[in-house]
Amino acid sequence: MRITQGTFSYLPDLTDDEISAQIQYAVDQGWAIAVEFTDDPHPRNALWEMWGLPMFDIADASAGLHEVTACRAAYPQHYIKVVAYDASLGRQTTALSFMVSRPAHEPGFRLDRQEAVDRRIRYTLHSYAADQPAGERYAGHGVSANGARGGA
Amino acid sequence: MAAGQDTAGHGRWDAGVIPYAQMGYYEPDYLPKDTDVLAAFRISPQPGVPPEEAGAAVAGESSTATWTVVWTDRLTAHEHYQAKCYRVDPVPGREGEYIAYIAYDIDLFEEGSIPNLTSSIIGNVFGFKALRALRLEDMRIPLAYVKTFQGPPHGIVMEREYLNKYGRPLLGATTKPKLGLSARNYGRVVYEALRGGLDFTKDDENINSQPFMRWRDRYLFTMEAVNRATERTGEIKGHYLNVTAATMEDMYERADFAKEIGSIIVMIDLTVGYTAMHSMSRWARSNGVILHLHRAGHGTYTRQKTHGVSFRVISKWCRLIGVDHIHAGTVVGKLEGDPSMVRGYYDTLREARIPANLSQGIYFDQDWGSMPGTMPVASGGIHAGQMHQLLGYLGEDVVLQFGGGTIGHPSGVAAGATANRVAAEVMIKARNEGRDFVREGGDILAAAARQCPELQVALDTWGDITFNYESTDTPDVIATPTS
Repeated sequence: MRITQGTFSYLPDLTDDEISAQIQYAVDQGWAIAVEFTDDPHPRNALWEMWGLPMFDIADASAGLHEVTACRAAYPQHYIKVVAYDASLGRQTTALSFMVSRPAHEPGFRLDRQEAVDRRIRYTLHSYAADQPAGERYAGHGVSANGARGGA
Repeated sequence: MAAGQDTAGHGRWDAGVIPYAQMGYYEPDYLPKDTDVLAAFRISPQPGVPPEEAGAAVAGESSTATWTVVWTDRLTAHEHYQAKCYRVDPVPGREGEYIAYIAYDIDLFEEGSIPNLTSSIIGNVFGFKALRALRLEDMRIPLAYVKTFQGPPHGIVMEREYLNKYGRPLLGATTKPKLGLSARNYGRVVYEALRGGLDFTKDDENINSQPFMRWRDRYLFTMEAVNRATERTGEIKGHYLNVTAATMEDMYERADFAKEIGSIIVMIDLTVGYTAMHSMSRWARSNGVILHLHRAGHGTYTRQKTHGVSFRVISKWCRLIGVDHIHAGTVVGKLEGDPSMVRGYYDTLREARIPANLSQGIYFDQDWGSMPGTMPVASGGIHAGQMHQLLGYLGEDVVLQFGGGTIGHPSGVAAGATANRVAAEVMIKARNEGRDFVREGGDILAAAARQCPELQVALDTWGDITFNYESTDTPDVIATPTS
């Protein structure tokens, strides 16, 4: 399966030039740029690991793309996203968030159903990858490859 | 009352009937206070009634006055409680129509009560014989009164953080056919639309609990669909379960059940009334459930230029009451909506401070303080081929709702959803890259469709469908802007 979180997940994976253009747009809006990664892509995981601190004062996209590249090198089998943050009054929230790297193989999720009273069902989303410890997910069949380390 | 009646020899407090203007309801020198509630009415006086007297009559009837002098006014600080018509302007190009500006002291209104506000402002006065027609065009809600409301239970920012979806319009579809599907079939449509790429699906306004599909069955099959689509995509999905019902007890029962089975959002119709809407807003805040409002019925009083209440006023009341979503027009779809008027509604719902702008029908500066914004919903006759226009007119903080434009896709519901999602993403991408996406929209979509057969089929099916009818509710730009 293909996890479709993020602003551009229904388009072909963005090239580095396309990623740069999106970062440049965010910089031009006055937004801070952050790179985040995870091997726990549950849709309610709000706390992906931070690849360093958000970049508040960069003048152009090159610094942002540099961090994306470095994060990919360190975590080739993780999900990585670029997050643009709008600190202006009344927003103070993420303005744009798009995926820039994902594992070669995405096993996806299993839907667990607990059958309760009155035909009610309690649903829980279970990530197959999370069966493995952090750092050992998405690397072949549970075997760590490429020396990737998770968790940071 | 007979306006222009000769009152020579009568004092203000003599028993009998005197013009409202002479009772203190017309005060051209009045300087509105920052805490006053202001209203702009479009008045069409009966022949022979001077516009200033008609404006004074509206001020009187919507505040303290009755048709005759009453001595009991003198038991009160009546000048404080009297609304004051402080300005009357002819509407350019509209014979016999005037805009009357009226100021109301904040003490006239109970804190945090839209029913109380509206019982005054649009109470008796709309049936007034001295006027042929009356329309409430706009209101300035003073910040002091805004602060007596909590507004949307979540608002645009919190909703996006909860959904984990940023930087693009949210996408939805109303389940079709509106009526008649069984609960199981209904769940099928929801599942296909959500797994195909939409964020939300929606009950229609008239889907409540009819014999062909009772609410509890619909809710159960729908939640199976929502959760299956979440599993397939790894995204948070939702379906607006309509909890509209005959009584508050029924609505609470349905909303509680929706929450218990994991729905992140419920919906109500405007037809339930302001008190019920406010109660559901409190419920939604207490229970962490997003609240969607369908504006069913509003066209009966918002559409005609000379009589009724403008939708921008309804938008303000709904933001105060507190809904997270409200249908506010598409511009390009099948339902009424002049582009500049719709822009005025969207700004009113989303922005913190909105300056007066007569070209958008906005008569007053409006300051919402830090009240969250309400997410506008564009629904009714829109399709993927219009994505550049939709983004150009409506921006990205909006739910674009494609019912027929998803479910009517020749390759299936999921294909229709994918077409809409790809169109939205590619248009945001082009905009962010600095392209003139409104002008180049057709090319941008055509290029995306070469890699997305679902979008190609959608463009082939609906690409040139438009609804070009003249709007009935258009701005009348007045030469002298509001001071």
